[in-house]
Amino acid sequence: MKITKDDIEYIADVAMLYLNEEKKEHYTEELNVVLNQIAKLGELDTKDVEPTVHILPLKNVWREDKIEPSLDSEQVFMNTENGEEGFFRVPKIIED
Amino acid sequence: MELYKLTVHELSNLLKSRETSCKEIVESIISRIKELDNTIKAYITLTEEQALKKAAEIDNQTDGERFSESALLGIPAAIKDNICTKNIKTTCSSKMLQDFIPPYNATAVDRLEEKGSIILGKTNMDEFAMGSSTEKSAFFKTKNPWNLETVPGGSSGGSAAAVAADEAVYALGSDTGGSVRLPAAFCGVVGLKPTYGSVSRYGLISLASSFDQIGVITKDVTDCAIIMNAIYGQDPNDSTTVDLDLQDFTESLINNVKGLKIGIPKEYFAEGINEDVRDSVLEAIEMLKSLGAEYDEVSLPHIDYSLPTYYALAMAEASSSLARYDGIRYGYSADDSEDLTDLYKKARSEGFGSEVKRRIILGTYVLNSENYESCFIKAQKVRTLINRDFAKALEKFDVLISPTSPTTAFKLGAKRDPVSMYYSDIYTIPANLAGLPAITVPCGFSQGLPIGLQFIGRAFDEKTLIRAAYTLEQNTDFHNKRPEAINR
Repeated sequence: MKITKDDIEYIADVAMLYLNEEKKEHYTEELNVVLNQIAKLGELDTKDVEPTVHILPLKNVWREDKIEPSLDSEQVFMNTENGEEGFFRVPKIIED
Repeated sequence: MELYKLTVHELSNLLKSRETSCKEIVESIISRIKELDNTIKAYITLTEEQALKKAAEIDNQTDGERFSESALLGIPAAIKDNICTKNIKTTCSSKMLQDFIPPYNATAVDRLEEKGSIILGKTNMDEFAMGSSTEKSAFFKTKNPWNLETVPGGSSGGSAAAVAADEAVYALGSDTGGSVRLPAAFCGVVGLKPTYGSVSRYGLISLASSFDQIGVITKDVTDCAIIMNAIYGQDPNDSTTVDLDLQDFTESLINNVKGLKIGIPKEYFAEGINEDVRDSVLEAIEMLKSLGAEYDEVSLPHIDYSLPTYYALAMAEASSSLARYDGIRYGYSADDSEDLTDLYKKARSEGFGSEVKRRIILGTYVLNSENYESCFIKAQKVRTLINRDFAKALEKFDVLISPTSPTTAFKLGAKRDPVSMYYSDIYTIPANLAGLPAITVPCGFSQGLPIGLQFIGRAFDEKTLIRAAYTLEQNTDFHNKRPEAINR
């Protein structure tokens, strides 16, 4: 397992991050050190081991389908500058 | 005696007997904060006015009776800044959320307020709880009250430093890989990470959802039991909370460990451990034995794989948790974007700090289809092996004892590379992997810096942890020591 600068560029793109050249180099180097540690897990035989997805034996929780109070529109928009007449404003996504 | 020096139960007793008022308590803590926090830098936000108003309300409306019903009535609290507080800024120590004002309270905060506790402020942390020193806060670095040149530990460093410096009576933190226990140990206070599923995570801003737990940082074990009474239990808003029987954790404040079976995981005392830390912990174990406990060595054969397992899983979960920050609905928003993708990328690149981006990238890499099986599923399987080790050990023993950290607090700036920083959590991470409760209590000093001892217990058996920790505390004097550096 080795991460390359190309991998970092691809991953940054899908994770919606811009990285400058210096950061790309830096992360490539550092993440390889961490990945080397993770690669040590390969020493263990886990052929017949079930993965732990979650620590508790949980079942889905259902609630009564009844109307309960939710945030009013003032609260929903209180943390954004992108609110406009009850909508979120984003750059145009449909081409002319 | 200055009020700010006292514990929750001491202050509550003074309130019951009408020897002091809530207003006097809040004022005492605020003046302590004003005197010291320019140096310690534990708080991001202070809610002085609201706190004084609430204190006056309680003083005016309450007769002595109500103070007997709730030990938290009128007691101020400090809350880590990743736990949502209604109408009080909650930043996660990140530029991403620097102006974020939650429209609701975390359930744990609601429960403290229902008991009459007063929110006094929000504490500093590593950005999005990613770190072990609180140096990764986007705003400023918090200092360890015991030695201002060392870190308080992290990520709940502000909470632990505030309690240790008597700038808070008690605090909430969060613990994903040790973020309550490590700073509590470094700052010489008590820190409890409850069993996964026993305290609601609703309103705790997620880092890694299968590990995160809200925890408690206090001056002594009695306070820890009092706070747990208020916050534990099922919550309809967090489907991972478990339906638990009504419990009174203060019933476990028993100074007696006769017959308690203690396991000493030998892997925790291996290479890399500071000698003073090892000796203090071993001395404490001998003391518990002299009080009637039995101990024996035990092996957790897969424990050496905890760190890489944790980092594969926690970073994958974090990359997914942090996908919600889009720069549109709340959080940092960038100006002048060309299109929607540019808007997302600018907001995230400018809003997140370096450690956060590092973990998002590694987490995304782990979840990438090529590595999914070899990294992510593999780590989930090793997590199973580690859990089995604990299950087996805890069949035979009531609690396990280890140091909380291999070292005492390190110097600010000493750990620059991520791997050596991650190594600080080596003794705390396993309890998060297995979802088990763990508590750290002070057990000694090395060169003037506190040493923490960790008890790990069976799932949902906080009571045994509290009893063991209380016995250790009552038979030692470490919890009564205060940092000299700031109390001259």
